[in-house]
Amino acid sequence: MTQTVVGIGTRKGLWLARSEDRRTWSLEGPQFMMREVPSIAFDTREGRDRVLVGVRSEHWGPTVMRSEDGGRSWDETPEGAIRFPEDTGAALARVWQLVPDPHDADVVWAGTEPHGLWRSADGGRTFELVRGLWDHPHRPEWGEGAGGGAIHTILPDPRSAESMLVAMSTGGVYRTADAGHRWEASNRGIKASFYPDPFPEFGQCVHKVARDAAEPSRLYAQNHHGVYRSDDDGASWESIAEGLPTDFGFVMQTHPHRGDTIWVVPITSDREHVPPHGELQVQHTTDAGRTWQVHDSGLPQPSWTCVLRDASGVDSREDTGFYFGTRNGDVYASTDGGASFTRIAEQLPDVLCVRAVDLP
Amino acid sequence: MSPDVRVVLPGVLRELAGGQAELDVPCEEGAVVRDVLDRALADRPLLGARVRDETGAMRRHVNVFLDGRDVRFDAGQDTPVRAGGVIHILPSVSGG
Repeated sequence: MTQTVVGIGTRKGLWLARSEDRRTWSLEGPQFMMREVPSIAFDTREGRDRVLVGVRSEHWGPTVMRSEDGGRSWDETPEGAIRFPEDTGAALARVWQLVPDPHDADVVWAGTEPHGLWRSADGGRTFELVRGLWDHPHRPEWGEGAGGGAIHTILPDPRSAESMLVAMSTGGVYRTADAGHRWEASNRGIKASFYPDPFPEFGQCVHKVARDAAEPSRLYAQNHHGVYRSDDDGASWESIAEGLPTDFGFVMQTHPHRGDTIWVVPITSDREHVPPHGELQVQHTTDAGRTWQVHDSGLPQPSWTCVLRDASGVDSREDTGFYFGTRNGDVYASTDGGASFTRIAEQLPDVLCVRAVDLP
Repeated sequence: MSPDVRVVLPGVLRELAGGQAELDVPCEEGAVVRDVLDRALADRPLLGARVRDETGAMRRHVNVFLDGRDVRFDAGQDTPVRAGGVIHILPSVSGG
């Protein structure tokens, strides 16, 4: 029977919620007590039960931990999976993103703070810095969002192993079409409300980008004020914020199978990281952002929490499960597209990352 | 034979040193804290990465005491060590 596992990375450790029917959940954890877990990747390619997590101790620094048994035991590359080369003069601060590649089952991508994109060709044991992006002439001007300066979004192109989109705070969206050698800023139409020129070539604080399940050239972005869609692979962006209560937020979650279908979690503003009027809600569109439906059934009201950019995930079942976690340590699940939510974990530390996977 | 400097590890890091609480490191004339840490951590990369980042800098919330004094108030890792000296590696209260 299929088991769904929801990985919950928090400020103080990792929890794993397991369920076969997605109604009754068993919660395992904490692992990595008092270490934050800002990134999780379930790697089930070629029948594996591998989990990679970015872990960071305030005292002892960041690392990547690797499990080959679904998160029951862990190993760490002795020399460090991610180490900035000596000539960069940089040091790893946090692993923000871990993404299995869709073309090569041995390849895993990582996004880090400081703004680094990394490629592993050995399943996440060791990573190599993508120099084409690190050496980009814009890099000295990339800045920090409230959470730090990092590459937090990595979207390999399912149509081409040569193409990829990344996003960073701050800096915005960058794309490559030649396997990472050259990168172009790709922020046309995305606003940077904190600059004198609100539409610069780069420097935007894009919070999260996700790719449409049915049409790979269609992308969605939750920006630091602004919700956008691109229908041309990210070359240009148009607002789809009309109908939302606010255009600020962190989450941008696409449906894993169905096109034009996304979820966002509105947050009041860059000055008020709480739900609008204390109404924790998910906004859902099934027409690529032309219209929005509010969903809050099963969510506590009022709520003054926040949902961070990687604190949402989806499973791959036909009736897709959508999951998100809050900064006050609750995790909610919906198996009806967001129409109703049930709480599957509570009273955890603040949730940084949520990912889900289905195991046969 | 060079006299030793003793490096004392906090409990949480000892499993990365094969369970040892203390590491005795040969000390050359003119050695500084960095030299002692280099020797103590060279064959223990996981332990080394907990104490210093890949640039060699001490992690912000890790304190290194030489003979009872925080080396940050001296010359950091360039602080001279003496034969028979004791280095304590300790987590700071600020990182919790």
